Amino acid sequence: MIDLIRKLVELYGPSGFEDQVRAFIQAEIAPYADEMRVDALGNLIALKKGDGTGKRVLVSAHTDEIGVMITHVTEKGFLRFTNIGGVFAANLLGGRVQFADGRQGVIYGDKFEDRSKLHPLNKYYIDVGATSKEDCPVRVGDAAGFYRPLLVMGDRLAAKSMDDRIGCVVGIEALKRLTASPHDVYFVFSVQEEVGLRGAAAAANGLHPDVSIALDVTGSGDTPECHPMAISLGQGTAIKVKDGGMIAHAGLVRLMRQRAEAANIPHQMEVLEGGTTDAYAMQVAGPGSISGCISIPCRYIHSASEMVDINDVEACIRLLGEILTHPIDL
Amino acid sequence: MNSLLQQLTEAVGISGEEKEIRRLIRDLIQEHVDEWRVDSLGNLIALKKGTGESDLQVMVDAHIDEVGLMVTDIDSDGTLRFAKVGGIDDRALLGKVVQVGPNKIIGVIGGRPVHLSTAEERDTVVKHRDMRIDIGAKKKDDAAAKINVGDRAAFVTQYEELGETALGKAFDNRAACAVLIELLRGDRYPFDLTAVFTVQEEVGLRGARVAGYAVQPDIALVLECTPAYDLPKKEDVSSNVMLGHGPAVYVMDSRTIQHPRFVAHIMQVAAAHNIPYQIRQPGGGGTNAGAIQPAHGGVPVASIAIPGRYPHTPNMIINLTDYANLLKLADTVLRSLQRNLFEPESIL
Repeated sequence: MIDLIRKLVELYGPSGFEDQVRAFIQAEIAPYADEMRVDALGNLIALKKGDGTGKRVLVSAHTDEIGVMITHVTEKGFLRFTNIGGVFAANLLGGRVQFADGRQGVIYGDKFEDRSKLHPLNKYYIDVGATSKEDCPVRVGDAAGFYRPLLVMGDRLAAKSMDDRIGCVVGIEALKRLTASPHDVYFVFSVQEEVGLRGAAAAANGLHPDVSIALDVTGSGDTPECHPMAISLGQGTAIKVKDGGMIAHAGLVRLMRQRAEAANIPHQMEVLEGGTTDAYAMQVAGPGSISGCISIPCRYIHSASEMVDINDVEACIRLLGEILTHPIDL
Repeated sequence: MNSLLQQLTEAVGISGEEKEIRRLIRDLIQEHVDEWRVDSLGNLIALKKGTGESDLQVMVDAHIDEVGLMVTDIDSDGTLRFAKVGGIDDRALLGKVVQVGPNKIIGVIGGRPVHLSTAEERDTVVKHRDMRIDIGAKKKDDAAAKINVGDRAAFVTQYEELGETALGKAFDNRAACAVLIELLRGDRYPFDLTAVFTVQEEVGLRGARVAGYAVQPDIALVLECTPAYDLPKKEDVSSNVMLGHGPAVYVMDSRTIQHPRFVAHIMQVAAAHNIPYQIRQPGGGGTNAGAIQPAHGGVPVASIAIPGRYPHTPNMIINLTDYANLLKLADTVLRSLQRNLFEPESIL
């Protein structure tokens, strides 16, 4: 599984430009899906057919990552940029980005008059080694993702775009292990989550699921002087009760908890005070659906070193499997 | 003088109260379309049937509403308090003439004269809630006889042409409405084209959301007017877009990442037909594409726009060559559409 994680997190895929991630996942899951298609926005939708006695279930993990888009090339060939999704200036200096063609660049900022204060985003730039506007290979409108290789530290893994490639891993592994289910399960590897849950909204508007489950990272409260949160790495899968966008369906939350307890899957209940996931968009799309989220606890979200624990990932895969192989009667 | 631009910009249609502009557009298009209807929000939806060569269902959107003001109360001295409808900079309001309500009562947004202001007052921006519209009424009852709370107020601006440029109000988005009307007046397309003249864009893309659902197109093209701020600058920074440099093609804004294949196709078509274009600087702002994109299983969307200086003020400036090129680009792009450009990929 580490190999799968490594390949996924190192791929290029800022919101709107997820083609490389989608192509990789397509190839990875092709032998396991009964039907597969790509919709107008670029969502990869894989159907695993049920035995006809269950529900219509949508499981979503987003393929996109935060990034930047070039807004201006200076006369000397430096690139100014705007954010794609939630980019924090504190994570930028000395960082590296990669473009769709694999080209990389480094990020630095204008002179700091006061080093205790961050610049606004428009005072940072990317240097791709160009010496002038004319020889700069990048142009306005090009998108870049952050770049850093996977770091393995025992059970702990750190990389850019764990948010949400690790959710994709949970979806891929659950699909691979799913031999029989009462439910028609649509695994959606969604696009444009980081800019407003847009892919999942379109997918749910088209699929009209009875039940939707997002697979995404959540924060943790186990690092020095952090915002308090009753989630720790290594303590199991997180069952979302509420976040900044939605209140998970209470019956689905109960069912998730019962399945975890019955199968002895380590789990923790999650209340996330800010942020939200595809589950919010799927809950209110079309006529609405029963919606919840299985979260992977993650430190340092939206930095280039997002950290998860491999045992939590395994717990998430198992919990999703338990849910999908049993009736969902709510 | 472009009478279409004149009629469209001088007509009134503040978000949520678009009847006047909608009727004008209905009159301008009804002989050129096969069907038209008005939906529950007030969107004017018109079908121009194709030649039958293509079964593609294409939607072209232009919002008809403009930003403006709404009367919230009448003071005892007969002046009108107001709220803003859509995004307006308070600095653009003082001293401007407005037309209030269905009877177009003329008023002015009054302010303290320079003679009676302190230096400190002149250095601060007066908030719109501290301004009043003065319609010349002596007391509350006089004003209440002509005005109802809830009435909209629109800017009053006469359309002018100044050589290659035109000056008027509400080129955002009446210039794009003019382009869409011209498209409907032209030859049939190979496919059915549904023109949606949408309401309430300026308050959150509300009309387009329901229009996208109702029309359920295979693809959608949004026509807009995007802010140009292209006066000389000292720093090495780009303008959003520049007047006279051609229509602007959107890649990303705060509401939409436009369909990358559609965007690339538009640029290729422009280059192949020698139509100048510019990439609108990615970043803030948004178009109806953001509301149309998630409908049903998702719609491939793109937005092209005429650059306009000073949007959301009483006086905008556009370049008439940009206008002609936006019309040419929209028409050429539409005539080049093929299903395989947008067809969702089928894998198994």
